[in-house]
Amino acid sequence: MEATVVKTGTEGKTWGGGDNPPLKASYGKMMIWFFILSDALTFSAFLAAYGFSRYKFIDSWPIADEVFYHFPFLHGVDAPMYYVALMTFILIFSSVTMVLAVDAGHKMQKSKVVFYMFLTLVGGIVFLASQAWEWKNFINGEYGAVETRGGRILQFLDVDGKRVGLSDIALESTQRAVHDRSSGIWFTDDETLSTYTIEDIKAGFAANDNLLIRIQKLDETGHPTVLSREESVEVLNRDAVRVVEGANLIRNEYGHPLFGNFFFFITGFHGFHVFTGVLINLVIFFNILLGTYERRGSYEMVEKVGLYWHFVDLVWVFVFTFFYLV
Amino acid sequence: MGHDAAHGNSVKRIWYVFSLLSIATIIEVVLGIIKPQVMVQNKFLAMSLLNWTFIILTIYKAYYITWTFMHMEGETKGLRRSVVWTAVFLIAYLCFILLIEGDYIYEVYKHGFVKYNF
Repeated sequence: MEATVVKTGTEGKTWGGGDNPPLKASYGKMMIWFFILSDALTFSAFLAAYGFSRYKFIDSWPIADEVFYHFPFLHGVDAPMYYVALMTFILIFSSVTMVLAVDAGHKMQKSKVVFYMFLTLVGGIVFLASQAWEWKNFINGEYGAVETRGGRILQFLDVDGKRVGLSDIALESTQRAVHDRSSGIWFTDDETLSTYTIEDIKAGFAANDNLLIRIQKLDETGHPTVLSREESVEVLNRDAVRVVEGANLIRNEYGHPLFGNFFFFITGFHGFHVFTGVLINLVIFFNILLGTYERRGSYEMVEKVGLYWHFVDLVWVFVFTFFYLV
Repeated sequence: MGHDAAHGNSVKRIWYVFSLLSIATIIEVVLGIIKPQVMVQNKFLAMSLLNWTFIILTIYKAYYITWTFMHMEGETKGLRRSVVWTAVFLIAYLCFILLIEGDYIYEVYKHGFVKYNF
């Protein structure tokens, strides 16, 4: 009867919470709850700081619909919100499979737990991949813009109100070659160069009467203000100092630099949680396959990682609202 | 533990909550795409009705995720309160203080002597 008395190696190593547990929860479950509480406060600090910066620049904050409108395989189609909505559904669905796994664990149905945990893992990985694609689009940008001396972003429109990319404005590129270590100074790297110089854009803009400039300042209907042709030419020639393509932590073509920073930090911190969630789920998945919890007689460990996974989903619900909707 | 009593219903309940969450998300997405002008222009407590709708739907979703998916409803009152109340009070305070301050700085930029738009 050796097989039935296999130990899991945790006997005597876990503290059960004493003889009179007032919260009727195991030590591990209580601690994951308080970890989640502290993590929730970190995320709310991020989102509240986002709100602070947004209120601070409430009349010039980028509109999420005009930044996130890509959808896979639909090039050039304006599809605001659909992609994040899809990501939200993927995460909610993986939360559902997780809770089904926990439920199957209560009934000690190992094969069902394995199946649902597998689906949860797939959901998590698909979500991470989606986020990577979202980041790629955000970092590469699409239309490009120019920056003024004061750090404001000027974007280009045609007279119909459609966005115009830098490549459609500039007549030619007079950008210099990049100094790499073999042709420039051997111990320094060059800065990243834009495709066009600011002079290319100014010349191209002057040559095409159909082009207008949109500034960040929002009008009373909540849309960015579009300047007249004369104002556009004047502002571009007087203030513009730099071409901006895509986004990094210092500047981005969508508008205020803080918008890019919060995008990277909030979705990045959340993505990091999803990543660690997938890793922990993977460990638990292998433990289930090996029958560890079957031997332990309880699938409580699945419940505990489940709590973390639901928390990640919960955070995304808030990120979705405050970053993409509001 | 309530979920031990009715195993058949617990799976049903999960799918029911999933449909509630999905419907709330779909409403949010549709409103986010249409952006009805009535809801954008009418304000309650300095925030548009559209944003209030988004926030209320988010809290509605958060409630169901915490209560059903995370089984908060099955925990003791003490654990429930020590986690939920702590979070709610601290987050409400943080939002209150930061949003008011952000709006104040906006006013300073707008009416003060700070030249920032050049």
